[in-house]
Amino acid sequence: MRTKAHLSPWAPTLFLALGVYLLVFLAERFGLMTPYWYQVIQLAAITAISSLGLNLIYGFNGQFSLGHIGFYAIGAYSSALITKDLAANWSGTRIGPLAWMIAGQVGVLVVLFVARALRLGTVRARLAGGLANYLKPYEAGVLVLLVTLALVSIALAAGVFAAWGLQKVLAAIFQVFLSLPQGIARSVVFLIALLTGGALAALVAYLIGLPLLRLSSDYFGIATLGFSVMIYTALQNSDQVIPTMKGARGMVGIPTWTTWTWVFGALFIVVFIMRQLVHSSYGRAIISVREDEIAAKTMGIDVAQLKATAFAMGGFFAGIAGGLYAHLFGFLHPSTFNFIKGFDPLIIVVFGGLGSMTGTILASAIFALLIEGLRVLLPRGFEDWRFVIYPIILLLIMLLRQQGLLGTTEWGWLRAPLPPERDIPTPDRAAQARVEEQEA
Amino acid sequence: MNNSFAKRLLRVLAWVIYAALGVGIIWGVISLVRLNGPVFFVQAIVDGIRLGFVYALVALGYTMVYGIVRLINFAHGDVFMVGAFTSFYAITHYQWGFVPAILLSMAVCSFLNIIIERVAYKPLREAPRIAALITAVGVSFFLEYFTALKWVFGPDFITYNRPFEVVVWDIGGVLISNITVIIAVVATLLLLGLQYVVFRTKIGKAMRATALDKPTARLMGINVDSTISLTFALGAALAGAAGVLYAIAYPQIWTFMGIMPGLKAFVAAVLGGIGNLFGAFVGALLMGSIDVLVVSFVPTGSRLRDLIAFLVLIAVFLIKPAGIFGKAEIEKV
Repeated sequence: MRTKAHLSPWAPTLFLALGVYLLVFLAERFGLMTPYWYQVIQLAAITAISSLGLNLIYGFNGQFSLGHIGFYAIGAYSSALITKDLAANWSGTRIGPLAWMIAGQVGVLVVLFVARALRLGTVRARLAGGLANYLKPYEAGVLVLLVTLALVSIALAAGVFAAWGLQKVLAAIFQVFLSLPQGIARSVVFLIALLTGGALAALVAYLIGLPLLRLSSDYFGIATLGFSVMIYTALQNSDQVIPTMKGARGMVGIPTWTTWTWVFGALFIVVFIMRQLVHSSYGRAIISVREDEIAAKTMGIDVAQLKATAFAMGGFFAGIAGGLYAHLFGFLHPSTFNFIKGFDPLIIVVFGGLGSMTGTILASAIFALLIEGLRVLLPRGFEDWRFVIYPIILLLIMLLRQQGLLGTTEWGWLRAPLPPERDIPTPDRAAQARVEEQEA
Repeated sequence: MNNSFAKRLLRVLAWVIYAALGVGIIWGVISLVRLNGPVFFVQAIVDGIRLGFVYALVALGYTMVYGIVRLINFAHGDVFMVGAFTSFYAITHYQWGFVPAILLSMAVCSFLNIIIERVAYKPLREAPRIAALITAVGVSFFLEYFTALKWVFGPDFITYNRPFEVVVWDIGGVLISNITVIIAVVATLLLLGLQYVVFRTKIGKAMRATALDKPTARLMGINVDSTISLTFALGAALAGAAGVLYAIAYPQIWTFMGIMPGLKAFVAAVLGGIGNLFGAFVGALLMGSIDVLVVSFVPTGSRLRDLIAFLVLIAVFLIKPAGIFGKAEIEKV
């Protein structure tokens, strides 16, 4: 039964969000909260952003990914590189990584576009078809491979050239930032750094997603687990390539620019984007892939492309969360991005309920409070018990509530919007019962 | 240009490319061997196969459990760790010999894994698969951190006392110790025993039937629950033995030692095609060899070994999405 709402459906949600924001903001401003808990709350919100990304990948699109922490790491390190470089050279002249990173991304995009323009697949198919008359398949394969390699190298060269040119231009543009007032310039740089970190993570996710997402569920999980181990190992040895990343010693000197406003703003925007996405026709396509891939294909959905896009989007969220994390403590160490830690977002998503944004946000808050709360609650001398009690709680929850905290239910504005008001004939149960009686 | 001429030309071109590739690969191997000497190469292979045998024992537990309940048992690596610690206490504190110690480890691990299965996985058999996976991660954390408490095993590295003296034989420059021989013999015996149990006994038949189709197996009068428990017990016994062998080969144990070998063994099982016993064995030998070869031949290889191991896995996935010996499952509508 539809009743006329007195409030817009988004109003209570917005009020709650504003209330939470103001509560934390004011409590911190007036010293009602220790800096420690302020950090814990920010960390919970950052975890929520990253976990929402995984929820999009696993909860909504049904792709079992264990490599989410890898994208988090990519976002953290790349945004840290940018801001560290700028903060260190605020009066200097060299703005390398920022320009290189953005230029590199554009370069990869150019590669993708050139590859698409060259129509690799069609060329390969035509060539293979044409050669099939003359040669055995395995012999033709070599020639097709050669032609493909040539085309790919053309695309790569175009990408490198574009990146190199853009880097020159960008380096000049970024000089302008240094002349701006510090407060404004800092915010702009931080925003660019976050977006670049997210974009880089998304790009990597898209590129590894395209080939790997063909694998069936468990195999994909293992491949992404492998990806996160590779990222972890690469980070430990990163100082051999980029000395400022410091490898296994940990990266220090990142400006601590993350504040509650930044974190909350990012969470708010991510939730907004995700809600609008999930309840759009695009989102319904994403969910249909989870429900039944073959049926989705029959409905004319480009499943491979959609999976890779959803994967990239989840990676983007994780990258942004990583950037915020990097600027929260000003210190990054590869062990933070260990694949063991990679289970955290998965646990949060499953605990909150697969396919429930409300559940993910709630679960991130509970998770952070549980881990940190145990530190406070446990008596002296029992600190080691923290990670003994935590898995027991995890076990109990999974045994008692298998579908997660909220299942797939949502709260407030996050719920699916009602269909537009129309005269929908409501079934007349009484009349139906009478008919059935007569038939009987 | 007529057809036959073009055909001949293209074929010659193809063969030239083949020859170039072949020469390139041979030249690469030869230059590697010349750089370090053939002995070094053989030594790496021998050490790799030694590690591979240990991985194989762990991988078989993974692959059996996955085959029967479709669960990635993340706690398996920690059962492996418990096996190593059990034998450590038996050998160091009670002066047990090697054979009783390894048997004790196998028994303790079987018992432990049966309890884990009953408590954490059995209630979730009808639940979505992810629920059991999360509890597996939970059990893994629990085993690691609980045993790291001061009054259990303690959080420190412990030096493992081998129950026998190490003897090293020099065969044409290749060093082979009795550790290698013992690992190879014990692992082979256990693998043959497993092969016998799975393919020659009634219990094995029940296991295979349960893995194939649980409801039908139940209709045929198989006790599915006890068969699954038995599978967990068998897998854990192999993991326990592997823990002892690993500790003998690399005599430093701590409560987090199971994570990386467990992961590598699981990757080996997936590499060979999960659910396939022979595939797991081959995958494990491959994985062990890759591990040692990378450490020996790649500059800074000891730091990059995990990266390269997983690179190989992903490369295999891209060519054969179901592993080397795995059969691709065809989805039917």
